[in-house]
Amino acid sequence: MNNKQFSAQIRLETLKELQHRTFGHIGGSMSIVELLSVLYNDIMHVDPKNPNDPTRDYLVLSKGHAGPALYATLALKGYFPLEMLKTLNDNGTNLPSHADKNKTPGIDMTTGSLGQGLSAAVGIAKGLKIQGKDNRVFAIVGDGELNEGQCYEALIFASKHHLDNLVVFVDDNKLQLDGPTKEVSDIGNLDDRFRSFAFDTRRIDGHNEEIIKASTIDALNKKGMPSIIILDTIKGKGIKEFENLTENHHMRFSEDDNQLLDKYIALLEGENNE
Amino acid sequence: MSNYIKEVTKTKELRKVYGNTLIDMMTKDERVVALEADLMSAIATKSVQDTFADRLINCGIQEANMMGVAAGLSVTGMIPFVHSFGIFVTRRAYDQLFLSLGYAQLNARIIGSDAGVSATHNGGTHMPFEDLALVNAIPNSIVMEMSDDTMFEQLLKKTKDEYGLYYFRIVRKEMRKLYHEDQTFEVGKGIVLEDGSDVTIVASGIMVDEALKAREILAKEGIDAAVIDMFTIKPIDETLLVEYAKKTKLVVTAENHNVIGGLGTMVSQCIGEQHPVKMRHIGVKESFGQVGTKEYLQEVYKLRAVDIVEAVKDGLK
Repeated sequence: MNNKQFSAQIRLETLKELQHRTFGHIGGSMSIVELLSVLYNDIMHVDPKNPNDPTRDYLVLSKGHAGPALYATLALKGYFPLEMLKTLNDNGTNLPSHADKNKTPGIDMTTGSLGQGLSAAVGIAKGLKIQGKDNRVFAIVGDGELNEGQCYEALIFASKHHLDNLVVFVDDNKLQLDGPTKEVSDIGNLDDRFRSFAFDTRRIDGHNEEIIKASTIDALNKKGMPSIIILDTIKGKGIKEFENLTENHHMRFSEDDNQLLDKYIALLEGENNE
Repeated sequence: MSNYIKEVTKTKELRKVYGNTLIDMMTKDERVVALEADLMSAIATKSVQDTFADRLINCGIQEANMMGVAAGLSVTGMIPFVHSFGIFVTRRAYDQLFLSLGYAQLNARIIGSDAGVSATHNGGTHMPFEDLALVNAIPNSIVMEMSDDTMFEQLLKKTKDEYGLYYFRIVRKEMRKLYHEDQTFEVGKGIVLEDGSDVTIVASGIMVDEALKAREILAKEGIDAAVIDMFTIKPIDETLLVEYAKKTKLVVTAENHNVIGGLGTMVSQCIGEQHPVKMRHIGVKESFGQVGTKEYLQEVYKLRAVDIVEAVKDGLK
């Protein structure tokens, strides 16, 4: 299966998962679909039958609220049955709103309190370096999450320790819960900011699988410094009517929303059956 | 009953014990890694850095990130020993301690130094009176306050291969020497230093010394006090507490910490539920820290032997 096809599958399963639950973090889940597709289909060395394989590459979803998209990806990879996606946020579920390493097979770090995941990711990268291991570490942070000061502590650490086994992806979808990131708390020019922290920095189209793949490989080949890939993304990507809606961070689906989701689910199912 | 050292002498500085024990553990176990947040000089871990440069990570002044880095190191199977002043590893980075380590069920040893008034001239900003309360509130945490250097060294080594979140509250410098080298320490088991029939004084850290002094004063007045070194605050030793509550009818706790959420609270909960007897609590009450010598601060916050004596007499009225 190519990355584009895998993206369509992830998007489909994520939408079904969220529609079944009737509410959830749809916007930020949709914006990282292509990234998850490329990482899990083409880049990361992982073994779904042995989620704790010590030779695996690690992923820290620092924007833990995008759990639903990651759960769909992991289920499609075979970490757990697709059927389990229907248990998202059920009482007693193993698929909670925010990623939890102790509940879900394939989740490497518990996240949800923003800013903390990036620190764990640099800790994992440092731990692997100390042990002389060549596993790679990927972290996904949101642009809104970059309001958190702890992110910059982690950047300083990654740079100081030359963590070239770490690639940080910024899901730059330009929106956070209360509105556009520029309006809520303008974090300035991200590219310049990361370069000033001595990160190998690039900005790409976050919905183009080929570009994501090529850039990730480039980043992994960069030695002596950590890398950041800023993904220009659209919050709610794939559902035209939801795209870039300020209210799409967390939605409780109305009747109309449901009909819309039905339409997109049918479209994606058609695509997947081609 | 422990054959403790009755003669009043001083321990080694606990910071020296920390550095030396780290080197010993790192020599034997490649998984051991130490984290600092620009307080290596204060805790004397430069020797560790000289010996194991790759496994002594000075994060700089970033306690929140340090907790996350510890979490990440634990994910890769390493055993992080995380040190800073008690206020910084708890108050300052509490959500990180709580979530990235506690909630994520990762493995770390947290060393909070300058327990309570031992922060002396660093004053109120640096004086932890609530670190035990904060760490106690993290589910499944193991919370201990060291009362002597032998205890510290042995418990660091003994718990190295255990899994979970362990908090060691320590004084950085010297304390009263209490234990012989052959003393054994069990996490969760209090140590009876002196038996008694009228009152049980349950203490931790520097207050163990005060409790022993209080016992001498009380003895002269015909009051027979038992003294327990309750170095594990959580899980508290319920069996021992119930045994002594039955035996002495009055239990007085003594801690160099806020009376809310620390040793006194843990002891009260146990005794209140299992064998209610009269209690009194020595500890910091509704106060922030301030600069001063240890002696001055113990006087101000009523953390001296004479304060324990007064509480015992009040409780026996």
